Amino acid sequence: MTTTTATSRGFGYRHPNLRLAGLLSAPMAWLVVVYLGSLAALFLTAFWTVDDFTGQLVRTFTLKNFQQVFTSSAYLGSVVRTLGIALLVTLFCLVLAMPLAFFMARVARPSWRPLLVALVLTPLWASYLVKVYAWRAMLQPETGVLGWFLAPFGLDSPGYGFLGIVITLTYLWLPYMILPIYAGLTRLPDSMLDASADLGAKGGRTFRSVVMPIIFPSIVAGSVFTFSLSLGDYITAQIVGGKVTMLGNIVQTTYVTNLPFAAAVATIPVVIVLLYLFAVRRSGALDNL
Amino acid sequence: MQTKRLLKVAAVGSAVAMLVAACGGSTSGDSSSSAAAGGSAAPASSAAAAAPGGAAYAGPVGEGEGQVNVLAWPGYVENGSTDPAVDWVTDFEKETGCKVNLKTFGTSDEAVKLVQGGGWDVVSASGDATLRLIYGDSVQPVNTDLVPSYADIFEDLKLQSFNSVNGVPYGIPHGRGANLIMWNTDKVTTPVDSWADTFEADSPYAGAVTAYDSPIFIADAAVYLMATQPELGITDPYALDQTQFDAAMALLEQQKALVGEYWSDYTKAIQAFNSGTTAIGTSWQVIANLAKAEGGKVEATKAKEGATGWSDTWMIVNDTPNINCAYKWVDHIASPETNAQVAEWFGEAPSNAKSCDLTADKAFCETFHAGDTEYWKDVYYWNTPTATCLDGRTDTQCVPYSEWATAWSALRS
Amino acid sequence: MSISRGTKIVLSIFAVIAFGFIYVPLGVILINSFSVDKSLTWPPSGFTTEWWGKAVQNEGVREALVTSVGVAVVATLLALVLGTLLALALGRYAFFGRESISMLVILPIALPGIVTGIALNNVFTTFLGGLTIVTLIVGHATFCIVVVFNNTIARIRRMGGNVEEASADLGAGGWTTFRLVTFPLMRSALVAGAILAFGLSFDEIIVTTFTAGPGITTLPIWIYQNLFRPNQAPIVNVVAAALVIVSILPIYVAQRFSNADERGAGLI
Repeated sequence: MTTTTATSRGFGYRHPNLRLAGLLSAPMAWLVVVYLGSLAALFLTAFWTVDDFTGQLVRTFTLKNFQQVFTSSAYLGSVVRTLGIALLVTLFCLVLAMPLAFFMARVARPSWRPLLVALVLTPLWASYLVKVYAWRAMLQPETGVLGWFLAPFGLDSPGYGFLGIVITLTYLWLPYMILPIYAGLTRLPDSMLDASADLGAKGGRTFRSVVMPIIFPSIVAGSVFTFSLSLGDYITAQIVGGKVTMLGNIVQTTYVTNLPFAAAVATIPVVIVLLYLFAVRRSGALDNL
Repeated sequence: MQTKRLLKVAAVGSAVAMLVAACGGSTSGDSSSSAAAGGSAAPASSAAAAAPGGAAYAGPVGEGEGQVNVLAWPGYVENGSTDPAVDWVTDFEKETGCKVNLKTFGTSDEAVKLVQGGGWDVVSASGDATLRLIYGDSVQPVNTDLVPSYADIFEDLKLQSFNSVNGVPYGIPHGRGANLIMWNTDKVTTPVDSWADTFEADSPYAGAVTAYDSPIFIADAAVYLMATQPELGITDPYALDQTQFDAAMALLEQQKALVGEYWSDYTKAIQAFNSGTTAIGTSWQVIANLAKAEGGKVEATKAKEGATGWSDTWMIVNDTPNINCAYKWVDHIASPETNAQVAEWFGEAPSNAKSCDLTADKAFCETFHAGDTEYWKDVYYWNTPTATCLDGRTDTQCVPYSEWATAWSALRS
Repeated sequence: MSISRGTKIVLSIFAVIAFGFIYVPLGVILINSFSVDKSLTWPPSGFTTEWWGKAVQNEGVREALVTSVGVAVVATLLALVLGTLLALALGRYAFFGRESISMLVILPIALPGIVTGIALNNVFTTFLGGLTIVTLIVGHATFCIVVVFNNTIARIRRMGGNVEEASADLGAGGWTTFRLVTFPLMRSALVAGAILAFGLSFDEIIVTTFTAGPGITTLPIWIYQNLFRPNQAPIVNVVAAALVIVSILPIYVAQRFSNADERGAGLI
């Protein structure tokens, strides 16, 4: 923008490439140098090792960190478990968010909508840590809040463990799924639903053939967050996980004593998230994000 | 420090520079070559090398530099911001003109990482961090003549293997505690005096056992093995050769089947014990006290097999630009008045003998066994396992801490 | 409308249950803020208003609040500038690598916080000589860019290029067009993006732990310290409950600012 001159038409309009470069240079410098640079430096260390005693880096090339990760059934089990948690959380969020978003966008009065959205957003302001601790009280076996709700059905809280992590993470990331779907649904024109009904489609058919294709990118957009935020979490597992851990916990316990090993472990969620992003890019969801 | 950083910068660019940078520290030089050979060989010469961290400050302690950057366990440094009544920083700042900039850490590993990152003047380090800091040239020896409070420190805390090298002190002892066995009296009706119910496969409390979530807990297994499997020949739970280490890990695998959850923050530990989610497991005196204060039906004791424990040390970071403030701080924090306040607030045995007269609760030192030398005899303070066995064995190699950490992460994953 | 009455009733009941799922834990937080138990034992063995009184007097909370707000404001401003520039470039120009850039901007939030955290920590401590408040702000701004970008680019796409072309045809320069035409049209999207960026920075704990310098205590760090060492854990619940109550207003305002149909999914 500094290239603009006082002539009647901006310099930039005559030189779109320069104008583009002007727009891009600062943010790209930030993202590439600060962010990608840091990531590259981290993953470079994955090929190094540490001094056994002081924990300081020894910069000699080795593949032993990756060997250690990929030949241990314990670590591979952790990868599978973490993926399972992230997928289940995404699924649970979707199951809860779809009807709720539909209610907000299509059933509730339009004048209520800002309030309903505010109600969905509000929990995001209660500190993450405090919410996870609240779930400790919710999930506590026998005397917990969830047990109290479930007692009439003859059930008890699942307690601390795999399911506890899934439920807590579902709670934490649910707003990130509701909001995109809600936004997608509000963009859906009434006339389209009416047309579908006029053509004889029942509710279910309309939903499958008209609603779903339109909000699919919103679902994918929401899932990027529920999936990747779950994949990288470790504090929730510490507090409500019992003895169950996730990939993030391995990174967290080893990064001080053995940064190269932690970096090698960290490549796994990064690769999974990248694959996921590449896969969903085709759906156009990233434009919608 | 500045040159080291420059070398580190250069290292990214060229492989040659990498080696130079790795050799920058006197101790890392020989270990990098051993690591290059593919093994986990010992940094054999490190113990024998010249005192790491250079010479101690000659003094005298002069005018303060205006600030001191402090790294501490939460609860060790309180300036009234947590609770207006709990404050041993404001007066220090007024008297010395040294403003205290604090950052707390959650684990010893985090502390080491932060010190290595630079920008700190003093750190309260536990025994599983001290040697790493000393041999990493991150901290300097302390001239105890410049620290008047040092004279009143309990003798059995001075010049220990985790706070000194070859008779040179590297810090001022702060306080200590033992890792106790604690149980919920509703779930465990007969008093316990052994770790057996937390380790043995036939424990009646399967699914309700808890353990401390840190690599250093491997030493707790080793302490139990010292008593139950003497044929392993463990004399120091922080000096384990491969066979001994494997035995400890096998015991921990066995324990994992019994464990309901591991803890590292003690809000969680208290809540789990008081609700009965956890029936039995490792705990600290302060956890037992807080749990009881909330009406929890718990008891805690030191197990007959002995116990691990911690003794924290205030250390002065190498190359600190605020050396005078740093000395003023370590003297202040170890002084009887301050030491008494910290020990009571945090819940651990104070290190200064004179502080026992100054605690608000007159029975405090008794409860925490502050000066009870007998009590501490079978408490093995946290230490940093090194490839050179800490128990003095020279015919074998011990498993170093970095492998403890990886083994622990594998156990937990 | 094609939604049957029965479906509406079922959806309404479901919505009540779902909002219950969202608000019961917040109720637990509120109840715990009156608990006499320092370790948040459930159910509380007694109730007290002590913690609310202590929270009001607590200097640490106030200082942490000021730090958090300061960091969040600066990080948001940086993110506003960088995110808007990026959105203008990607929304107005087709060029090679555009797709890659739109993925790159998502990465800081899509990749696990612990990865971003240790990556930045590693670089800051190795090359920049340690952590400061600047490194903290840099860390936060990095993952805030995406929220501003999302909001802004959605608006730019809907705006189309016609108004700007018209402005140029009428003789306005690039800067004048931006100032008088583009910016006013984007303003509400920027406000929505800014509030979300602020919120994201305000509650961030993982990246914060790894990038904050000596003595810098943001509110989440303060919470972390007080929650895990229970000298007064319930006070943390007071702070959280108060934040929820205080936050309703700005969220509602943000809602009014950005018409739902224009916001896209850009709420995050």
